[in-house]
Amino acid sequence: MTLQRFQARVLVSLRPSVLDPAGEATRSAAKRLGVEGITKLRIGKAVELELEAADEAEARKQLELLSDRLLANPVIEDWSLELHPQSTTSA
Amino acid sequence: MSIGVVVFPGSNCDRDVRWSAQGCLGMPTRFLWHESRDLHGLDAVVLPGGFSYGDYLRCGAIARFAPVLESLVDFVASGGRVLGICNGFQVLTELGLLPGALTRNRSLHFICEDSALTVASNRTPWLQGRSLGEALTLPIAHGEGRYQCSDDTLRQLQDDDAIALRYLNNPNGSVADIAGITNKFGNVLGLMPHPERACDPLIGGTDGRGLLQALLG
Repeated sequence: MTLQRFQARVLVSLRPSVLDPAGEATRSAAKRLGVEGITKLRIGKAVELELEAADEAEARKQLELLSDRLLANPVIEDWSLELHPQSTTSA
Repeated sequence: MSIGVVVFPGSNCDRDVRWSAQGCLGMPTRFLWHESRDLHGLDAVVLPGGFSYGDYLRCGAIARFAPVLESLVDFVASGGRVLGICNGFQVLTELGLLPGALTRNRSLHFICEDSALTVASNRTPWLQGRSLGEALTLPIAHGEGRYQCSDDTLRQLQDDDAIALRYLNNPNGSVADIAGITNKFGNVLGLMPHPERACDPLIGGTDGRGLLQALLG
């Protein structure tokens, strides 16, 4: 079975109901920098991955498990997933 | 009768727990390396404070997958007593043995000070014999101790009488002033304050003794 290579990015963000004091502090720093008009600033994490899987569906399944059980804590965080096949020339 | 004290890479209160439980209170303890699965002969387990696995990703997120904790889930199901202190509390929530999560302090500061607490429930062995609202002082030392949970979970905690300790002057922004909670059955307690640092009258008082004595009580 040949494996395909994929690139993925998982974005983890705090759920809207969860206070983000670091985001608030950064928003006040933005003001001090002179950048006005920012009404919302929330800090999350971006996790970049490369993986091998039989097909895109399998890759997505693995990444969903990873995101839900390890990368994000569903009690306080939401996550979203971007998944692209990696071009074979760059492999 | 023996107490297991889990040692993760990055734990830094494991020896304090042994010093207070064994040195101050005369209760036998045994260190449990995180890769061990053997909880044989133990009556209680303590997850100590510190920075397990560097607290990478989130506090307690990686520790949750330690082999010793697989055994701990069975240990809890069979009624064994488990005390999670500070980082140990964070691990228990990541593991799902206690609900909610611990997040960055509202002030963004690492807070290291004595904290005034009140007994919110005396239902479980941990605080049995104390009166509701009774005051005790325990040190806190954390950057991520703001207890966070959904409204539904908070209601469940209240219905189960599972809020064990509350802060008098909520130092970190925790939901409902929560400093420590138990599971419904009552054999698992997680709290951010450090009872093991309050077992000797010479340093930090003795308000933590009862919580540790309940491990074998």
